[in-house]
Amino acid sequence: MDPTNTKTIYQPEKRRLTLGFIPLTDCAPLIVAHEKSLFEKWGLDVELKREVSWANIRDRVIIGELDGAQMLAPMPLACTAGLGSVTKAMLAPFVLNLNGNAITLSTALHRELAELAGGNDVGDVGRALQRLIAREQVEGRPKRTFATVFPYSMHTLQLRLWLKHHGIEPDHDVRIVVIPPPQMVANLHHGHIDGFCVGEPWNTLAVQRGEGRIAITGYEIWNNSPEKVLGVTHAWAKAHPQTLKALMAALYEACAWLDDPEHRLEAAQMIAEAHVIDAPEAAIAPSLTGRIQMGRDEPIVELPDFNVFHRYSANYPWWSQALWMLEQLPLDSDLADGEGLLPRLAAQVFDDRPYRELMQDLGEPLPIERSKREGIHATNWQETPGGLTLGADRFLNGQAFDPPG
Amino acid sequence: MRVMLIDQDRGRAAIVEQSLQDAGHEVVARLASVERLSQEVEAHQPDVVIIDIESPDRDALENMSVVSRDNPRPIVLFSEEDSEESIAKAIKAGVSAYIYDGMRVDRVRPIVDVAVARFREFQALRNELDETRTQLEDRKVVEKAKGLLMKHRGFDETQAYHAMRKMAMNRNQQLVETARNVIAVFDLVGDDGI
Repeated sequence: MDPTNTKTIYQPEKRRLTLGFIPLTDCAPLIVAHEKSLFEKWGLDVELKREVSWANIRDRVIIGELDGAQMLAPMPLACTAGLGSVTKAMLAPFVLNLNGNAITLSTALHRELAELAGGNDVGDVGRALQRLIAREQVEGRPKRTFATVFPYSMHTLQLRLWLKHHGIEPDHDVRIVVIPPPQMVANLHHGHIDGFCVGEPWNTLAVQRGEGRIAITGYEIWNNSPEKVLGVTHAWAKAHPQTLKALMAALYEACAWLDDPEHRLEAAQMIAEAHVIDAPEAAIAPSLTGRIQMGRDEPIVELPDFNVFHRYSANYPWWSQALWMLEQLPLDSDLADGEGLLPRLAAQVFDDRPYRELMQDLGEPLPIERSKREGIHATNWQETPGGLTLGADRFLNGQAFDPPG
Repeated sequence: MRVMLIDQDRGRAAIVEQSLQDAGHEVVARLASVERLSQEVEAHQPDVVIIDIESPDRDALENMSVVSRDNPRPIVLFSEEDSEESIAKAIKAGVSAYIYDGMRVDRVRPIVDVAVARFREFQALRNELDETRTQLEDRKVVEKAKGLLMKHRGFDETQAYHAMRKMAMNRNQQLVETARNVIAVFDLVGDDGI
């Protein structure tokens, strides 16, 4: 470590950290911070540990084997609310990225739907799926099966929202199963599932191998939704406030570096060369460079916001978005109905105080508000005239989400 | 207790199987990897699945116990690198019980016992909670039906209760079922009815 290059505004209580991650394109902020020595710059010695399952990530953070980890955005909320196997107060003080998922259908199913719909239009294909499922129910055919990556994930929420939007009841009309991301393409190939909602590079890999066709991107279901967060336990954050901010500072710089379009190809190489994902660079680069193929032999579509790591104040933990996610989770009714309980829970888990302190220390801009309405901006907008630029936030179903007070 | 074992390490799985059998549990399936987890679970109907912590199928298993309460809970995990300290912490946190590699047969049984005990404790707690909840729900329904009868029939509380009891006996129903019917009827005819 080069001491002259070390930032001294924080005195980490603990310098050697172990962070967990799942091999996906959007583990990029952790890889970049590591490869670009940003952790060291902030006085940290970080070991990255690749985990095989989200349940492992959660359990190992909870028992303190990991100091923190890349987590699915709804995961710390679910954990704190007591969903899943353990209840533990968690903190998601920093959002690692927005968007990055897609729903891919098997090539055969998508072709059938496109024929029914008379084209590849996203909405028409969705409506065709509803008609097909209704017909198959009458014929007594087995339910169609769709896969997601974890019960409490943006993937599950996006898949359910998409199905519901087209009049398909997720709990009744289809079967939803959980499959680890690296096994998605093989399961599609073997016909065990008809489609999946997953992060990259697995959609692109399915497309490149001719196994699947992207039906809709996560961006189209909820523009700029929070995807992965830094997750730590509440107790850990309380015991290591300086470490947490040093960690967030390194990740903030990694995310800023990553969001420069000039750096995206280098990032794809970096991830491929780190050998953390069992997929070639050719499958990792498209989403990072925002040049996506929806189907094999189809033209490239420019989607520059497919992976967002920094712009639109992406790293800020909006408690209103946490509240939206909480409201989608299958919580016990005594919790969901409790007076003002969910807003409090959302604010506790997506606590923005460390982020606000960090931005003040770094002299970086901050959102004025702690919450925002969702579903009302079709394009980029400014919080105040000349203020922070935030991204579009529409939902597929056109609904708006108005956080209380 | 019917147990399904998922472990890539066949040698380790054999040790665990032996110690489970010694403890009086039945190992209904021993699998190295799971191609189609839900089908396997359906076919073998285990109470508990013991799974290798390094198995990616953990997430799928966890989802199964979320979507259906009839499905088994994954309870014991193996880990090659976990220290005894982290095993102890895990058990205390209720995560699961851990068995680490290089274990001796006599070490497996107490850990499995702890895991099984936790599983039973959890089941009992959940059943109790469900029961309490149902009772509460039932009481709410009966109260609502009583209220409707008092409002629309001019009954006092005792009369309303007796009227419903009588209806329930005549129809050979539980009180709560009758109450639901009463509410449904008032819903159908609106507030001016009957």
